[in-house]
Amino acid sequence: MPRKKHTARITGVADTAMGELPGSTALGLHAEATNAALKDAGLKAQDIDGVLCGYSMTVPHLMLSSVFSEYYGISPSFNTAIQAGGATACIMLANAVALVESGACRHVLCVTGDNRLTGMTRDGAVAALATVGHPEFEQPYGMSVPASYALVAQAYLHRYGITRDELSAIAVSARKHAALHPKATKRDPLTLTEVSESRVIASPLRLLDCCLISDGGAAVIVSAADAARDTRNPVRVLGSGQGHTHEHIMAAPSLTDFGCKASSAMAFAQAGVTAQDIDVAEIYDSFTITLLAELESIGFFEKGEAGKAALAGELSQGGRLPTNTHGGLMSYGHSGAAGGAFHIVEAVHQLRGEADARQVPGAQLSFVHGDGGILSAHCSLVLGKD
Amino acid sequence: MDLPIPRPNADTRPYWDAAQQDRLVLQHCADCGAPQAIPRSYCGTCHSADLTWRESSGTGKIASFSVVHRAPTKAFRDQLPYVLALVDMAEGVRLMLNVIGEDRLDTQIGDPVRVVFEPRGADGFKMPQVQRSPA
Repeated sequence: MPRKKHTARITGVADTAMGELPGSTALGLHAEATNAALKDAGLKAQDIDGVLCGYSMTVPHLMLSSVFSEYYGISPSFNTAIQAGGATACIMLANAVALVESGACRHVLCVTGDNRLTGMTRDGAVAALATVGHPEFEQPYGMSVPASYALVAQAYLHRYGITRDELSAIAVSARKHAALHPKATKRDPLTLTEVSESRVIASPLRLLDCCLISDGGAAVIVSAADAARDTRNPVRVLGSGQGHTHEHIMAAPSLTDFGCKASSAMAFAQAGVTAQDIDVAEIYDSFTITLLAELESIGFFEKGEAGKAALAGELSQGGRLPTNTHGGLMSYGHSGAAGGAFHIVEAVHQLRGEADARQVPGAQLSFVHGDGGILSAHCSLVLGKD
Repeated sequence: MDLPIPRPNADTRPYWDAAQQDRLVLQHCADCGAPQAIPRSYCGTCHSADLTWRESSGTGKIASFSVVHRAPTKAFRDQLPYVLALVDMAEGVRLMLNVIGEDRLDTQIGDPVRVVFEPRGADGFKMPQVQRSPA
């Protein structure tokens, strides 16, 4: 049975400063992003009647949304936290859409932030992230998130004969976009050789195949269609979908096809569009292999072709599918649950024509995707100009 | 710093108890026959609670691997570089194990491997691991 058409709008988006932010706190970043998103929407704090938070590694708490709402000073009529790793932001947004379309809320604030760089050291963050591994059957073997994605990369390279340069091109393409974004953490030019000669983290992945660890926050406000009328510049949510095949990489049904296939198919079908219609894509890119595998699983490129496309400039401005136009998790920044929200913020800027030097001319349709765990939890969104 | 020792629970204890006797056992569903890698109270295929433990052949093939050069915790730093692998066991389940042995850095996808038991920590808790089998 076809799903009902979405009517919800994204009415406000914002992210905070990015990178190493001494003196920042997780909750402070939440509040900073919220104030900026409210301003972006032209809404006031008292207009928010629903709050969805993610999780924070520096403030691990059973009730983060209650903690945040108290900190910020609001008493929403709907308030809960959602945890799905890197898919959190997209899943928060999908839940906010359901809340406003059901009539439960008028304006839902989705807010995330973490000071995981200055608040816990890089080693601390790497160790904490490894807890997505099974405590008895993965972690005692020295599993880490990079090593788990490396298992996917190794299988992928073996099966499709991807070259080192094709993988490196994914990182280089992201850096080119980051150079155009004044807030991006890494803006220096990057070459294929620099990526391929960076130190090995977990073969075949090298340091520059990996995302950053950053302090930062982001907020997205989702509003009911009628409630969106008074806001500054709403964007439509046209499709959403999820795919969940496993949590632990040892239990993944495939090492080359993932839940993004199902999640994107749902989102495209609901929006009534295909992958070929998308003008700009903002796709979770925790590692070069993450984006490469997702681009192919989703169907933007044939198997074994995404790396070649990246090398040919197809993911860059003027290419077939400008992707991660803000620089993504490898060059813009990655603050956990907020990392996935940066992709949403960028998609909205693109659809509003507010992306300045990195604007994709005439962008009407954007695809946004979040992936949590080891390609475990997937949520896809199709957004469109209102 | 000591490497972590698994802390078995009611679902997983038979697996680890068997490992202490140099035996690899795997769970199989008595109703649908499906084997499963991570032990549970219920079958992950048909959700039946009727599960049995069977001795594994202890042989498998490398489905994928990574030579790890950046440790997730201090305890693993002394082990670098170590080989993390996904092993497809003959019974049809996939385990995460380390490839150990002198030739571990030569590991390739498709390599036949056999399970060995490696003692860990002061009490010699035995961990299933794999070694590459001679061709």
